Amino acid sequence: MTAVAAPPRPEEVGMAPPRRRKSGLRAVPPIVWVFLLIPAVVEVGMVFWPAVNSFYLSLTEWNGLGAARPVGLDNFRDLFSDGIFLGALKNNVIWAVGFGGLSVLGGLALALALNRPRRGVGLYRSAIYLPMVFSLAVTGLFWRVQYQPDGTINTLLGAVGLESVERQWLADPHTALYAVLIAAVWRQVGYVMVLYLAGLKGTDPTLDDAAAVDGATAWQRFRFVTWPQLRGVNTVVFAVTVIDSLRTFDIVWAMTQGGPYHSSELLSTYMFQQGFTFLNLGYASAIAVVIFALALIFIITYLVRATKEEVA
Amino acid sequence: MTTASIRKRRRGWGFHAVMAPLTLLWVAPMVFVLVLAFRSFDDIAARGTAAWPVSLSLDGFREALGRGTMGRALWTSVQVTVPAVLLSLLLASWAAYALSRFAIPGRRAILLTMLAGNLLPPQILLIPVSRVMESLGIYDTLVALVAIHVGFGLGFYTFVLHGFMRSIPGELTEAARMDGAGPVQIYGRIIMPLCRPSLAALGALATTWIFNDLIWAITVLRTEAKLPVTAALLNLQGGYVSNWNVVAAASVIAAVPTAIVFFAFQRHFVSGLLMGSNK
Repeated sequence: MTAVAAPPRPEEVGMAPPRRRKSGLRAVPPIVWVFLLIPAVVEVGMVFWPAVNSFYLSLTEWNGLGAARPVGLDNFRDLFSDGIFLGALKNNVIWAVGFGGLSVLGGLALALALNRPRRGVGLYRSAIYLPMVFSLAVTGLFWRVQYQPDGTINTLLGAVGLESVERQWLADPHTALYAVLIAAVWRQVGYVMVLYLAGLKGTDPTLDDAAAVDGATAWQRFRFVTWPQLRGVNTVVFAVTVIDSLRTFDIVWAMTQGGPYHSSELLSTYMFQQGFTFLNLGYASAIAVVIFALALIFIITYLVRATKEEVA
Repeated sequence: MTTASIRKRRRGWGFHAVMAPLTLLWVAPMVFVLVLAFRSFDDIAARGTAAWPVSLSLDGFREALGRGTMGRALWTSVQVTVPAVLLSLLLASWAAYALSRFAIPGRRAILLTMLAGNLLPPQILLIPVSRVMESLGIYDTLVALVAIHVGFGLGFYTFVLHGFMRSIPGELTEAARMDGAGPVQIYGRIIMPLCRPSLAALGALATTWIFNDLIWAITVLRTEAKLPVTAALLNLQGGYVSNWNVVAAASVIAAVPTAIVFFAFQRHFVSGLLMGSNK
């Protein structure tokens, strides 16, 4: 069976055999338990215990003073008759589809365009993913400058004779959400592009060349050769994008704070206002639980993928 | 000139004709903000935010760093980011070492649970975390901000380091054990030095995440004087509503440190982003 000589066993060289599990890992010395327990305690105390607490708080009415009053499912009932919450929920769906769709399509297209090494590719790549290192708040301010009434966007529109299109992008309830969305996509595209570039590196170029020799068009080669090989990356990109959409807070907070008239309100900004401006801690926790419930399925998707990697 | 090379040349032209204007969409907003930061208030008031500058002035930066408190906020951010990055990578490396090299019962479940903690939407944690900080007596201190960044980032860093440590061949540690090295020495002398590349990548990533954070800062801090860069930037925005040169200068100040980290560790940074996401 074994062609290679096995290393001498410890007992052959006069040592006690080490205790071994079938996994090939070593039994656990006490100090290693300490190594594991300290981080575990930190994470439980800072993340899991608070998370469990949110579920409890969502079933109470509480202003932060005195004791929380249990109210059962009232908060959730109120939520679904709360117009602002429903508006925020709708905006979040628009956000997830728009932000996800645009950044994934843009990122994928750019990755395909910049995949093969040629002159200038490195420069294009760097320029496109540089915004990724700015914080969302900085991105928001960068774009607030562009959206000013006398800012670059209106100036450009005026220059090509589209004065009628000029508007107060962030102060207009019809456009505020989309104006913020464009800014967020501007930053996210580079991130998605990096993920897809890595995915494309893992594909087999000979398949593509063979298909080209067989006379497949560029679209057919992408559709039937490249795309199926990107399945793993797609799962990750999809999960990450949706989780990011549900977490989105900073950029809206920096640009519009959810206004005007809640037109760019997302679940996260509404939760923050309820919790930290109005001190409706129970109600805010209920919104947080809704956000968690929406994110859960995608978190599980991501974890399943991560587990696969562990096995691989 | 063969026809093939001519066709190739023309294709190259087409590529740049499409890519150069596209890339401009990413570069232009940054350039405009940078230009705006160097213009004087009077110039902007007279000719609008989109005009090209006629003169350069440092007023915006002077005001932002001084009365706009961006200078102090930068220092605050350093005080939060450095300990938070070092501490979370240290703790994550401990957990990853234990989980990857020893037969801890249920280790995969522990690992995935830790990773899941990093994927939770922060909203589910904000209110209880503020309470935990209050009960620990550290609410509205930088210690609280460091603590939450460590707790929240730990899972992801552990997951990534675990993947790396598992790939270190057993023979290396086995040999050291024969020579009488204990688990702590093996961790310090063999495992950690070998993990240097992934530690660098995670370090670059963690630095930008923590430095860029907004939501935790405005959740656990109340005193304006204690706010780190991102939160201070938003405060300044409220105070300098029509001083676009000051707002632009402040956002440049907030963007420069992460841009430096990015350019210094570009390769690490990208590989860090890909960890836990590519196969």
